[in-house]
Amino acid sequence: MLATLTPLITRFAFLAEEGGHEAEVHAGDGGALAQWAWLIVVVPMLMFFLIVFFGKKSPLKGWGMAVFGMAFVAVYGSILAWVNLQEGIVYEGAVEIGKIGSFTLQWGWVVDGLSIMMYFLVGMVGFLVFVYAKGYMKGDVRYTWFFSSFSLFAGGMLVLVSAPNLIQLIVGWELVGVSSYLLIAHYWEDFDNVDAGNKAFMTNKIADVGLFVGAIIMALSAGSFQFSEIFSRMIEGHTLLAQFGFWAGLALFIGAMGKSAQFPFHVWLPDAMAGPTPVSALMHAATMVTAGIYLVARLFPFYQMPEFAGNVNQYIIVIGTITLFFMGLLAVVQDDIKKVLAYSTVSQLGYMMAAMGVGAYSAGLFHLFTHAFFKSLLFLGAGSVIHAVHSNNMSDMGGLRKYMPATFWTFMIGTAALIGLFPFAGFWSKDEIIASGYEAAIGNPTFAGWFMVVLSIGGAFITAFYMARAVSLTFFGEYKGHGHPHESPKVMTLPLMGLAAFAAFAGFLNVPGMTDTFIRWVGVRAFPIFEHHAEAPNWALIAIVTPIVLVALAVGFWLFRPKDTQAERDTFEIPGLYPLFEHKFYIDDFYMDGIIRPTMGPLADGTLWIDMHVVDAVPNLAGGAAKHVASAVNTIDQSAVDGVYNTVSAGTGATGGFLRKALTGRVQQYAAMSFAGVVIIAALFMIF
Amino acid sequence: MTIVQFALLGAALFVIGLYGVLTRKNAVLVLASVEVMLAAVNVNLVAFDVYLGDASHAGQMMALFIIALAAAEVGIGIAIVLMIFRNRRSADVDELDAMRY
Repeated sequence: MLATLTPLITRFAFLAEEGGHEAEVHAGDGGALAQWAWLIVVVPMLMFFLIVFFGKKSPLKGWGMAVFGMAFVAVYGSILAWVNLQEGIVYEGAVEIGKIGSFTLQWGWVVDGLSIMMYFLVGMVGFLVFVYAKGYMKGDVRYTWFFSSFSLFAGGMLVLVSAPNLIQLIVGWELVGVSSYLLIAHYWEDFDNVDAGNKAFMTNKIADVGLFVGAIIMALSAGSFQFSEIFSRMIEGHTLLAQFGFWAGLALFIGAMGKSAQFPFHVWLPDAMAGPTPVSALMHAATMVTAGIYLVARLFPFYQMPEFAGNVNQYIIVIGTITLFFMGLLAVVQDDIKKVLAYSTVSQLGYMMAAMGVGAYSAGLFHLFTHAFFKSLLFLGAGSVIHAVHSNNMSDMGGLRKYMPATFWTFMIGTAALIGLFPFAGFWSKDEIIASGYEAAIGNPTFAGWFMVVLSIGGAFITAFYMARAVSLTFFGEYKGHGHPHESPKVMTLPLMGLAAFAAFAGFLNVPGMTDTFIRWVGVRAFPIFEHHAEAPNWALIAIVTPIVLVALAVGFWLFRPKDTQAERDTFEIPGLYPLFEHKFYIDDFYMDGIIRPTMGPLADGTLWIDMHVVDAVPNLAGGAAKHVASAVNTIDQSAVDGVYNTVSAGTGATGGFLRKALTGRVQQYAAMSFAGVVIIAALFMIF
Repeated sequence: MTIVQFALLGAALFVIGLYGVLTRKNAVLVLASVEVMLAAVNVNLVAFDVYLGDASHAGQMMALFIIALAAAEVGIGIAIVLMIFRNRRSADVDELDAMRY
């Protein structure tokens, strides 16, 4: 079944260094295609500026430019992916921006398997979501602004994934953070949405402290921000890095936890549903939340070396597992269909993070890849439903199967992919994670390993259960809302179908023992990747997981079957644990009442006191002194300086008053005076 | 005739003109006195031109210019006097004190 039980299996290793690790396939450098790959980052960013300055005057109000940017990335990413699969691409371009002492700041672009996968994903999902948004955002007051910040969002993510060093990564990281804030609070007329935007931004900022600290520790101990430099130090066996690697790895992981909404930083993601649905779709699929997974994947060789990173990967497993199981439970009680999907995303991100922790690099990324398609599909499907019934709540839906057939069938495909039904995409990627975790736990039996295996199987049950509930409440039974729902326009259903195709077939890129396309894709790295990987489908695990999924589906559909009366519908809730789930394990309440309020009150009072008595004292003192000086200067000005001018002008006035007596207006007197003047001048001539 | 006699004639004419300018009440007579003073200057210019033997006769040329200039000047002067007379029914310079401060 499993090819080997050794903890680390050499997979596709591409190494520039001589005599290091054995390389199975040698990658090319991609030629001009890789050298010009900076366009992938520049074009969407350029579109952002173009839409800001010219969007409102352009015929499509900015939508055309935004879609062009994404289509460009999708096409370029596809070409890169194709070439990468043929011969492999490992390339790192860089432009020098500035120099501070011996430190050179560079803007660069990495073209390797991992970043190409992200280019492809952001471009492809982004393109379909942007097309869909034309229909969804139609008539919005800030239509053009929406597409400009949407372009910035995607562009920031591309800056992040193309980064060859931690500094550029942080720049992209923050660009994504700030544009997500703009997009979540897009409907800022409603104060709740502004709160949600603030919550997302603040939660991310707290976790970002970890990212900054980690980047600084990493740079100080390894001597460089460059990923390639850090990996080279590892091969050399750098002692300083070995000494501080654990702390750098842990702090960077805290940053990743924030962006990827891992427990306990998950609180922002469900609230981020306040934004328009296309934003949720992109944020939960290809952009933003994948950034944390990407960071861990980028530093994967580092995290998998205990001599450098210590046991950080054990923490990653535990955090990922807690997230995947407990956050999935919260999806069960949500009435807002988008929040069901949001908690589902948090749970699936837990799967990816746990996979990274157990050393299943390609399995984790494969789940990221397939999840991007089916989760954006589910979100866009939910958006289509919301567009039709004008409500987010499933209690206002029901029976939509009859009214919206295209949305219903694509949503079904997305659901099948998410819960992992054979042969949809999620089946392959999720089973791969569980199988890799199982293999790792056997090879190296730790508590974290088995914890992950057991709870990820439990997570599969929960996923199927809450999706059964959501589908039943939304699409089956009788319609409970107002008005007459209707199918969405073609511009919205066509992207759904495109994503459904990916959700249905993307799984075949990586069938253990049969196809290894995806592994050959993301395994192309400048540094060798050692990973856990199932060489053949693990039939025993599939035989356990698939029946569990089917049972969960059946239970979910039975519990939430269409009810006849309102009273029966109100008994949807599950007794016992329901209050705990409904209050989100009281985590949000704890943050608000336990941390934010007790900190904010005294902190505000304290800062006010300091501001009034200490900070203000300085300007007050300076102001008082300045006032005295000014008063002295005023006196001098009034008496001395003005005195001179006043005297001069008074003298001139008096002279004029005296002289004007001579001006009688009599012409002949004037003539006599001029003659007298001539005589005097003539006399002076004669004398001298 | 010596230069002294011409100079005396010029000086006499100039003083007579000056007297007229300062004492006459009628503006027309004041203008006529100005003409007498200009004639005195012309006499002096021609006399000194001959006396100094200037080959280019610049003095005589200057005298011609002054005659033309005097004609123009008296034209404008008479026009102004006419306008004043028309406005005030008088050409008495003593009453013309509008230029006073």
